Amino acid sequence: MPGQPLPDAEQLLQALTEKMRPEVGPQTGLIGIHTGGVWLAARLHDALGLETPLGSLDVSFYRDDYETIGLHKNVRRSDIPFEVEGRPLVLVDDVLYTGRTIRAAMNELFDYGRPASIRLAALVDRGGRELPIAAQFVGAQLAVAPGQGVELKRDERGRLSLALYKQSSPDVA
Amino acid sequence: MWLDPSNPQLNKHGELHHLLTLEGLPPEILRQILDTAKSFVGVTQREVKKVPLLRGKAVFNLFFEPSTRTRTTFEIAAKRLSADVINLAINISSATKGESVLDTVANLAAMQADMFIVRHAASGAPYLIAKHVAPEIHVINAGDGRHAHPTQGLLDMFTIRHYKNDFSKLRVAVVGDVLHSRVARSHIHALTTLGCPEIRVIAPKTLLPREVETLGVRVFYDMREGLKDVDVVMMLRLQNERMQSALLASAQEFYKYYGLTEDKLALAKPDAIVLHPGPMNRGVEIDSSVADGGQSVILPQVTFGIAIRMAVMSILAGN
Repeated sequence: MPGQPLPDAEQLLQALTEKMRPEVGPQTGLIGIHTGGVWLAARLHDALGLETPLGSLDVSFYRDDYETIGLHKNVRRSDIPFEVEGRPLVLVDDVLYTGRTIRAAMNELFDYGRPASIRLAALVDRGGRELPIAAQFVGAQLAVAPGQGVELKRDERGRLSLALYKQSSPDVA
Repeated sequence: MWLDPSNPQLNKHGELHHLLTLEGLPPEILRQILDTAKSFVGVTQREVKKVPLLRGKAVFNLFFEPSTRTRTTFEIAAKRLSADVINLAINISSATKGESVLDTVANLAAMQADMFIVRHAASGAPYLIAKHVAPEIHVINAGDGRHAHPTQGLLDMFTIRHYKNDFSKLRVAVVGDVLHSRVARSHIHALTTLGCPEIRVIAPKTLLPREVETLGVRVFYDMREGLKDVDVVMMLRLQNERMQSALLASAQEFYKYYGLTEDKLALAKPDAIVLHPGPMNRGVEIDSSVADGGQSVILPQVTFGIAIRMAVMSILAGN
């Protein structure tokens, strides 16, 4: 792939962890968005020593592209093992792009209850927002050419890395 | 032709467009439905049990034959997907005025229907409807004559997988009125597709279809012998209302030989589960102590039925 090399995901995660540390407490509920966001949230949950159990969301039932592309083939079960009502939440995703996934995630969360607040943590912000959504915690800003996607990968030892791929539809991130 | 002529429930990309039967459905599609249903079980345990997938869609429950459980669970499933649901009991409506099935359907399609859930006493009726509706409309078979009841088959597969995990190690017995049962056929097709190595059918000869062995099942006339070491007992309802001639001496005699009692169940594996599609004839095909006992998963079946129907509807409507 031409252009600048991609940053090291492990270093970005380290930076993200330190940005979040002073801003989270024992009541904070961390929720990863499948799949990359769940990997990150698990690592963050560990590193930050949070007491509230980790949550995960698969936003397939709330996506706005269902009408055009149908239901995703591999829907995982959303799991929020704590009371959402009145709790400060942090959503975790790997790559922040159009903001549509985050919109779907927020809609789903409100079907569990009314959180005190929702903040967003993303390992990478690649710009290109189509909705008024911003992340409060970002590992790094990244310039990516249109038509290219960035994804998080995890090897068998659990090490995270970023990779580029050719994107067929710009809406999906 | 935009549907696959060899399997008219699939579109040209091999995706499910209608659900008419489990026969001939590839294992990937069965597994996709079961996996999706698992996620919907999570939704149905939340405070707000709704998702917005079918918002703005009109789902018509077309029941040409009475049903409470199936119709209600389809209705709940559609509502939890945010669809608008219209229930029609046709036997007390146009059919009595002489309107044909296709005319009824054409009229409802003109009211901008997106999906038809069809229950009909005639085998093949949902096929006829699927063949004549516009390409953007989806049809789900909710039971046609003796032919098929695919969502019941799927929810039973979901229930088995929930308790037993892996089909490849299971011995499953289907017990009772196989001849009149559309559920039994759906079970046998689905179990075979999902890799169940041993399917047994237990029934008196008069309640078995001819050449039932060609479906790849082992036939037992003696229930005690057939239940030995099975992991799953799938009871069927004795179809009183479908019984045209005297195939049985009496309900009491049926109970004696083919009713599931505690002592007969004791011959199955100790952790065997008991399923029944409902409604149950207590004291005919199943004893109350078994129906309400620790091995019965009959009520979870009903709950899982909602998740399965949500999965089928949301997969169809998206394809």
